[in-house]
Amino acid sequence: MTITPFDPGLSAAPTPQPKAPNSWKRYFSFNTDAKVIGIQYIATALIFLLIGGLLAMIMRGELITPEADLVDRTVYNGLYTMHGTIMLFLFMFPVLNGLNNLLIPCMIGAPDMAFPRLNAAAFWLVPVFGVILMASFLVPGGPAASGWWSYPPVSLQNPLGFLINGEALWIVAVALSGVSSIMGAINFVTTILRMRAPGMTLFRMPIFCWTALSAQIIQLIGLPALTGGALMLLFDLVVGTSFYRPEGGGDPVLYQHFFWFYSHPAVYVIILPVFGVFSELFPVYARKPLFGYRFVAMASLVIVALSLVVWVHHMFPSGVPQWMRDLFMVTTMLIAVPTGIKVFAWLATLWGGKLRLNTPMLFALGGLFNFVFAGVTGIMLATVPVDIHVNNTYFVVGHFHYVIYGAATMGVYAAIYHWFPKFTGKMYYEGLGQLHFLLTFIGTNLNFFPMHPLGLMGMPRRVSSYDPEFAFWNVLASLGAFLLGVSIIPFLLNLVSSLVRGKQAPANPWNAIGLEWLLPSPPPAENFEENVPTVISGPYGYGSGLPLVEHQERYPLATDFLATDLLTPQQA
Amino acid sequence: MTSTPSRPNLPAIAGLAVWVGLLVWFSFWMGHQAFSWLPVQASSAAPLVDGLFSFETAVATFVFAGVVSVMAWVMLFNRAAKYDISDAEPIEGNTKLEIIWTVIPLLLVMGIAYYTIDVNRQIGLIGPMDHVHGDRLASDQQPATAAAVAPQAEIEVIARQWSWEFRYPGAAVNSTELHLPLDRRVGLQLRSEDVIHGFYVPAFRLKQQVIPGRSIAFYLTPTREGRYRLRDSEYSGTWFAANQVDVVVQSEADYQDWLRRASRLPLQPGLSDASREYALRQSRTRSSGYATVVPAPPPMVNVPGSNTLPHDG
Repeated sequence: MTITPFDPGLSAAPTPQPKAPNSWKRYFSFNTDAKVIGIQYIATALIFLLIGGLLAMIMRGELITPEADLVDRTVYNGLYTMHGTIMLFLFMFPVLNGLNNLLIPCMIGAPDMAFPRLNAAAFWLVPVFGVILMASFLVPGGPAASGWWSYPPVSLQNPLGFLINGEALWIVAVALSGVSSIMGAINFVTTILRMRAPGMTLFRMPIFCWTALSAQIIQLIGLPALTGGALMLLFDLVVGTSFYRPEGGGDPVLYQHFFWFYSHPAVYVIILPVFGVFSELFPVYARKPLFGYRFVAMASLVIVALSLVVWVHHMFPSGVPQWMRDLFMVTTMLIAVPTGIKVFAWLATLWGGKLRLNTPMLFALGGLFNFVFAGVTGIMLATVPVDIHVNNTYFVVGHFHYVIYGAATMGVYAAIYHWFPKFTGKMYYEGLGQLHFLLTFIGTNLNFFPMHPLGLMGMPRRVSSYDPEFAFWNVLASLGAFLLGVSIIPFLLNLVSSLVRGKQAPANPWNAIGLEWLLPSPPPAENFEENVPTVISGPYGYGSGLPLVEHQERYPLATDFLATDLLTPQQA
Repeated sequence: MTSTPSRPNLPAIAGLAVWVGLLVWFSFWMGHQAFSWLPVQASSAAPLVDGLFSFETAVATFVFAGVVSVMAWVMLFNRAAKYDISDAEPIEGNTKLEIIWTVIPLLLVMGIAYYTIDVNRQIGLIGPMDHVHGDRLASDQQPATAAAVAPQAEIEVIARQWSWEFRYPGAAVNSTELHLPLDRRVGLQLRSEDVIHGFYVPAFRLKQQVIPGRSIAFYLTPTREGRYRLRDSEYSGTWFAANQVDVVVQSEADYQDWLRRASRLPLQPGLSDASREYALRQSRTRSSGYATVVPAPPPMVNVPGSNTLPHDG
């Protein structure tokens, strides 16, 4: 271990370091600081996670018995539609954009995002469309109830005939979400391509930035298709066009193409940054460089390319010709290859390491476990005949919840714990964190594993009642869902109590390598201000002893890591 | 890691070989178990689908268990000692390994794809799912006439919000219970009168969206007598979950007998759980829910059949 004692004489940085502005009011304002916007995104997303989770628990309450007895069927249909929509558009995308905002500028040594005002505008659209979506619970007839796919013609049925109806508000909200995401994507791509610190070539960039870049490229290519498709749906609904209405010569299957052209790649928009989180965390907590950095980086771009040509695998039973089924099965299968490269790279990174199993590492390992499970069921779903049997059954629901909750949400938790000290300046409580992990891991598997046998037995998704032979696995799944609800309690307790009375965080509590760890915790408004470092080596120099930047000794905070912070977090 | 690369570490290799052997055995066992996770096989497509699923389960088990083994190993044996804050060996990569774990998965998934395309072709031969050429034509010109497109179609299937109607034009029978003859390829002509529905019989392992404005020819060969569930598999609105009826597969003689007896019965309202529940909902003074589309009246049929008897899958 080589901890260089800090010699103030060496430091070129102004001492004391500039402090971050410290007013809570900035979190409620049109602030253009990416770090404020990042926390705004994450806090907003967590509120919607609670709402979406509550809806899910009501659904699982309904499904704990075969009959439709807890809520009316119309209510159930509204619940599952809103659950999916909230979790994707108001939890997952915003929380990832929050991480992008916090991490990208700090990781590449930029003072802020390329377009700070656009950034703030993109964020403030989130509460706007969030309120629009929530308001749809209050309009006559209730919220949208045609699933988060909103397939026509069922989504166009509007039984009460009002112009303002749940479905219309849903479409407006989704379109605004698309606009917000496009604004964000322009910003992230520009920032990563144009604002890197001197010496930080693309192949010295942390993998998180690679994955964020890849994910945001997908947003730029795919979102216009969804947003355009959604607008045509809105026209069909409110002004009587017939893009998708068969009685007017439209084609309902056309919508499915628009929808999945974006919404399958959207899964990669979600999972790629989480791959980035895994790639950042495993080296830190295994004390080894990321295995095969260049392959892992390039695999992200291969995934981007392939993700744009797989969408028809959602439509195998929709009436597509056999050659199309075969073609899209092959492209879908191919995605396993770059994904496999990443998984094997992580395993090789862990192999022979010196693992430290704290909360972020546990979440990352748990997320990897769940992701591999989702991956092997994904291969099954890619093969047409098996997909024909389990398509639109609980097998698919189980598969994608393993991806979205088991891997992505757990990866997000890992990221929140890992970077919490950096951006709040406070240490979280390790014991509560590990409790949160344990409950989440058990709850995830108890909730989502039983969905696979249910789907194989032939239980369709989106049902408010089911045949009695499905009861056993549904009871287990519901218990898992309630456990997941409980698992949020230690998480929130941890966030709030460590923000209020947590121990002051050092600049680099994990002894991690990366530009963000050269900054004080929390970083000042402009990050490195005038002292932007010159990067001289790759991002994961664990064990090699090479400095990351020129004159690293002048960034004194990099070395204020204390062994006691790491080893006995409880006793502090 | 403790061994030098020049001298092979024999106990480690032996241990690894035993472990991989165990994983292979476990994967085969899981592949065998996979059949029991699925409903009974009641169509000629089912054994093909199940065989593919069993194969995939074995491969998936091996991959998943292999990855989890590595994770368990490192979590057990590669932990940092309590006060050890040093770094591990800085191994940055290995191009040979990268090539191996790119090429092997590539060959594996392409192998699975090849096998699958072959299964697709076989299912296509016994009852083509490749129906699009015909129904495209039909949707452009005459959406409702099945005969022009597929002369073999002997049963018309009409999906509604929320009921299934089965018409046997040759025998002048309408029913809300689908009767099919054993071991004979039957053609179904699928139509929807409102939204997209899904024709899904888990025991047949077959599923097809029923798309309004199109008439889709669909073929299958039942291979096992019994009573099975037909479920709506594409979300179709309020009573989607209740839109399920039974399929009865019977011997050719019994099937013909059923048709003959059914044709003599007078028309009566068929099964529609949705209509029943809707009437109940309307009779309540307070509404407990949101707006809904009114269910289509139950189709008038000779045989309503039943959807509450015990079913085989």
